[in-house]
Amino acid sequence: MSSPPPTSTFAPRPGAAPLHRQVAAQARMESRLMLRNGEQLLLAIVIPVIVLVGGVAGADRLGLDLEGHRAVDVLTPGVLALAVMSTAFTSVAIATGFERRYGVIKRLGASPLPRHGLLLGKVLALLNVVALQLVSLVVVGLLLGWRPTLEHPAVSLASAVLAVAAGTWAFASLGLFVAGVLRAEAVLALANLVYLLLMAGGGVVLPTSSYGAASGAIQWLPSAALGDAMRSALVDAHLDATALLVLIAWGVVGTLLTARTFTWE
Amino acid sequence: MPADSPAHGPAVEVEDLVMRYGDKVAVDGLSLRVERGTITAVLGPNGAGKTTTLETCEGYRRPRSGTVRVLGLDPHADRRELLPRIGVMLQAGGAWSGVRAMEMLDHVASLHAHPLDTAMLSDRLGLGECGRTPYRRLSGGQQQRLGLAMALVGRPELVFVDEPTAGMDPQARRATWELLEELRRDGVTVVLTTHHMDEAEHLADTIHIIDHGRLIASGSPTELTSGGRSATIRLVVTRPFPDGAPESLRTALGPHTEVTQLDAVSMLITGPADGSTLGTVSAWCERHDVLPESLSLGRRTLEDVFLELTGRELVG
Repeated sequence: MSSPPPTSTFAPRPGAAPLHRQVAAQARMESRLMLRNGEQLLLAIVIPVIVLVGGVAGADRLGLDLEGHRAVDVLTPGVLALAVMSTAFTSVAIATGFERRYGVIKRLGASPLPRHGLLLGKVLALLNVVALQLVSLVVVGLLLGWRPTLEHPAVSLASAVLAVAAGTWAFASLGLFVAGVLRAEAVLALANLVYLLLMAGGGVVLPTSSYGAASGAIQWLPSAALGDAMRSALVDAHLDATALLVLIAWGVVGTLLTARTFTWE
Repeated sequence: MPADSPAHGPAVEVEDLVMRYGDKVAVDGLSLRVERGTITAVLGPNGAGKTTTLETCEGYRRPRSGTVRVLGLDPHADRRELLPRIGVMLQAGGAWSGVRAMEMLDHVASLHAHPLDTAMLSDRLGLGECGRTPYRRLSGGQQQRLGLAMALVGRPELVFVDEPTAGMDPQARRATWELLEELRRDGVTVVLTTHHMDEAEHLADTIHIIDHGRLIASGSPTELTSGGRSATIRLVVTRPFPDGAPESLRTALGPHTEVTQLDAVSMLITGPADGSTLGTVSAWCERHDVLPESLSLGRRTLEDVFLELTGRELVG
């Protein structure tokens, strides 16, 4: 076979783009798709805002025990935790479930993008969306009169960042686990159901202590651990080590389950 | 082409490949070669093992036993080295449902070092008018063309296309054929699966016919259709044949002829192409009181070859 003239349109010139460019492209693509999806935006921003505004407006009538704190100061960290949970768990599970269904992961598996590059791209897209959510919700909280504790700003900030990081890891690994073992429709149903159940009874928006007798069990849920860690950080300027360890334990469990069960098709 | 890659030797070499899904044997001791710079068609009915074979070459599946080399590499162990050099078109899907056609193509292009110009490529594939359409709203043919564009955009040495023209209208089908021929001209090796005989006959330098996971024949279209025998007679009659008609006709024609009943009113006869065969067939019809509606003599088609080899029709 003689080599083709260099002007030929399709003359082979194969090669992979540098990994960092591939990962950046993947992260940009996935962020764009997440933000374009109406249902996911509802989950990411609209529901947390409604919970925050509704909670602050109705706190007195509901007679919540907030241990002497203002409702907005307790609810804002909880809603930030809710937003992390919605994106890291529900959005990741649903998006990945349908990516498997539509053969996207399979197709990308035949591209130069390696598996770890794909995973890294997903993580960056997820962190990107979480950051956008947190900024929006912090602004809404401040507008509603939220005043985070300024006792030890560095401790508060570091504890909140750790909580968001550990919470994102725990929920994303559980989301990937669900997406990897069920059909896309089942993932859609289950991920939304779990989100609703945890939002209502999982100690994420309201302090675990407000659940009375059930609080002993609820505090071990990843939702309660994330909510409690955020409240400790932003209400009491305190790092809740127990809650962080609970999140890390869920992260380890979720990662192991995903690693053992996830299939790319 | 990278200096360390063996530029010679076959593009694909499969030897004694066995693949199973649970108890079901999908590929059963398959061996085949694909020469560089050619178009090779892997032909067979649904479930013959075509896609499984392709996906093993693409590194998706590990052989149960046997060996597969693609561009001199092991597609599973050397996956990272191989993948940038091949283009893959899946049988279906492969894009997010909400992604726009051009956005998807640009994304795949951005994963490669020297991608083709995506505007040119989409233009060539007639994707210009649907560039901003979300994937889920593309027609089946448009999705196929986007899949082909995604396989080509990285300027691969070798492309695997799984039923490239399924769901395309005749015009798009022709355009796709021309594109695949241009790829060959430009030095790209093309491996395609199809269950369309005309596609394989028109495009392929080499055809591998697969059935039940085994290779049953290989060769150029001419080699396959000329075969050992030289003629085929198709007999179609007005009323269903009487019982035992194929056997009776075979007896009348003698030992060098094969008779296959296609359905209640048609039969395929393969044998020496001399006047006596045709004469014997019409005499047999008269004797058995069947009235021929058509009696045609012709070169064997791939369809006939397949039928002869498997006793079944290759249903599209």
